Amino acid sequence: MNFDYNEEQQLLADSVRRFLAKNYGFEARKKIVASKQGWSAEVWTQLAEMGLTGLPFSTDYGGFGGGAVDLMGVMEAAGDALLVEPYLPTLMGGLLVARAGGDAQKKALLPAVVEGRLKLAFAHSEKGARYNLARVGASARRSTGGAGSAWEITGEKLVVLGAEAADRIVVSANTDKGLSLFLVSRESLRVRPYVTLDEQRAGDVGFAKAQGELLGAEGGALPVIEEVMDFATALVCAEAVGAMKFACDTTLEYLKTRKQFGVPIGTFQALQHRMVDMYVAHEQARSMACLACSKVDSNSGAGDRARAVSAAKIKIADNARLISQESVQLHGGMGMTEELKVSHSFRRLTMIAQQFGDADHHLARFAALDK
Amino acid sequence: MDLNYSQEESAFRDEVRGWLKANLPQDLRDKVVNYGELTRDDLLRWHKILAKKGWVAPAWPKEWGGTGWNVVQRYIFEEECGFAGTPPIVSFGMHMCGPVLLRFGTEAQKKRFLPRMYNGEDFWCQGYSEPGSGSDLASLKTKAERASDKSGDHYVVNGQKIWTTLGHYADWIFCLVRTDSTLAKRQEGISFLLIDMRTPGITVRPLVLMDGGHEVNEVFFDNVKVPVENLVHEEGKGWTVAKYLLGHERMNTGRIGASKRELAKLKDFAARQPGDDGLPLIEDARFRDRLTRVEVELMALEITNLRFLDQMRRSGQPPGADVSMLKIKGTEIQQGLTELSMQAVGPLAQPFRATGTDLEDGAFDRFTAGLAPRYCNYRKTTIYAGSNEIQRNIISKMTLGL
Repeated sequence: MNFDYNEEQQLLADSVRRFLAKNYGFEARKKIVASKQGWSAEVWTQLAEMGLTGLPFSTDYGGFGGGAVDLMGVMEAAGDALLVEPYLPTLMGGLLVARAGGDAQKKALLPAVVEGRLKLAFAHSEKGARYNLARVGASARRSTGGAGSAWEITGEKLVVLGAEAADRIVVSANTDKGLSLFLVSRESLRVRPYVTLDEQRAGDVGFAKAQGELLGAEGGALPVIEEVMDFATALVCAEAVGAMKFACDTTLEYLKTRKQFGVPIGTFQALQHRMVDMYVAHEQARSMACLACSKVDSNSGAGDRARAVSAAKIKIADNARLISQESVQLHGGMGMTEELKVSHSFRRLTMIAQQFGDADHHLARFAALDK
Repeated sequence: MDLNYSQEESAFRDEVRGWLKANLPQDLRDKVVNYGELTRDDLLRWHKILAKKGWVAPAWPKEWGGTGWNVVQRYIFEEECGFAGTPPIVSFGMHMCGPVLLRFGTEAQKKRFLPRMYNGEDFWCQGYSEPGSGSDLASLKTKAERASDKSGDHYVVNGQKIWTTLGHYADWIFCLVRTDSTLAKRQEGISFLLIDMRTPGITVRPLVLMDGGHEVNEVFFDNVKVPVENLVHEEGKGWTVAKYLLGHERMNTGRIGASKRELAKLKDFAARQPGDDGLPLIEDARFRDRLTRVEVELMALEITNLRFLDQMRRSGQPPGADVSMLKIKGTEIQQGLTELSMQAVGPLAQPFRATGTDLEDGAFDRFTAGLAPRYCNYRKTTIYAGSNEIQRNIISKMTLGL
């Protein structure tokens, strides 16, 4: 038993934290968010140079062969800084290629992902599907008259994170044999881009007979999608812990400095107890993020992994809500303003609570796995 | 990061589990899992079985009977005991007075009290709270005045203690008393005394709780003579002792093993109990969601507890104020489970069978009739041992610096 990061993980987390503290302060981030593109190519290059884009990929492709635990410290730092670069969607796309793809596809794509030259996104969720990963309406069929390897894909995908930034998009669609994955270049898709509540960039993606390349086996995609979604869910749990830590720290600081009735408001017991509950909620969330990331990395089976990830997501969703709401409440009116970072961590935590399934979704999934 | 127990730790768990299976008397286990009232004999019988095995005081120094286990082993042991359904080790001696004597006692006091405590020859209770001093312990008024007569130097104790758990079983009580009331600072002038419960002038009056059970008492002191050699540490330094005792927390403040047993039992029961639609209650989404939330809370608490143990093992330092977190969450979970268990049986929870009545009374279902009283009884957990509000005060002050 050991809950510490190893030396490498700690060094990496520290260097990411230092980099973000220096280059990704609240003011710098504001400019990035307000830019046309909505993320910074410069920051992206730096992240890649630090090795972050290669962390979970095999050394065969220049990566570090790491797992979710190796990414925990990075995601915490990202949560603390409220990073908006399309890091998570690129990792998700890359993981789908790594888990499902053939050798040629991996060789063609992963080194570029590792080096930060290629950004990916995963277009899966559809209207009416809510959080059900199996419910996909998009369809694909072999192109007529082509060389035999090309497919035509038709459908609509909603809230594809990093859609516009992506060079290639992994798209899920049904064939005669069932749910499958395809690689599609961004140019052959219609992307309607927008800003999300948490100031990231996403878009709705439409495609009609878009040309795509089958990724992995035809019809066997659901277990891979579930695996990668669990991986990503564990990562946002770690990211949430970083955002919660920020929200708790900044609120505690405010309680110590803000004066009313001639004394710091942190002297009031009504507020002290609420602050303690936030602190405890953050520690409990951290514990569950550790569990989720460890189980994602272990080989104890898909059921065990899914159970741990769903349990973690329930706790993270509940506690993200508690901490984000209380951090605003304890800041009073100032917490409502765009001027304070705490209102932005509120927005990110609000979205994380629902990203990849809200508490209700994971309560149902956990119960189903228990049978 | 590795959340798994090492091979040695797992082997240790197997050893403890195997031994408990072979040595926990079935009638005691039945009483514990069916929420029966444990008698003095029940508690001491289990205590003596553990003492004979050498496992009754794991945290004590080896020379006094400790096992030499590290914090993780001690946690595993307590978790397994909770999971198996052993009677509790009565804390007042082994986990409270014992550590105090080991830290502050004279050699003579250690030799006099520790072996008898270890072997279950003396049953101890705690005299801290008073009617006017609950959370505000330092306001206590029970007075001890120095006097001497032909029998020697002694204190004369007058006053009242309350919430004295198992005081009616006890041979000895350790008390905080006021030896000097002239000092400006209330924490000064308090002393730590060991008092023989058979001394003339002591009266124990039961306080029956709303579950019908008798576990706490009021203890009255009317000119009770206590020899001066029963003073622990210096006169007037009792607050230092009290603080040490509060900091000397057990590994299993969150009672995770027992909550795991209760959860498993509840799930098993809910799988057999029909809901309104005739399907198993556990498939009722509303019930199931509440059950899962408690289960997830317990998972989080277990890992948080392991994180603290991991820190303690490597730093060699006690966990400090964060133990308060384990108390808050652990008791919330225990209450959540008792509440859900009572609700799980629906209308069958209504027949009242007071805690401690005969389990074999045919008029009641052994399981269901104990659930509502237990729900009532467990409201105590967020009040005792420093209410959860006091625990929040501790975290607020010690950890957050507010």
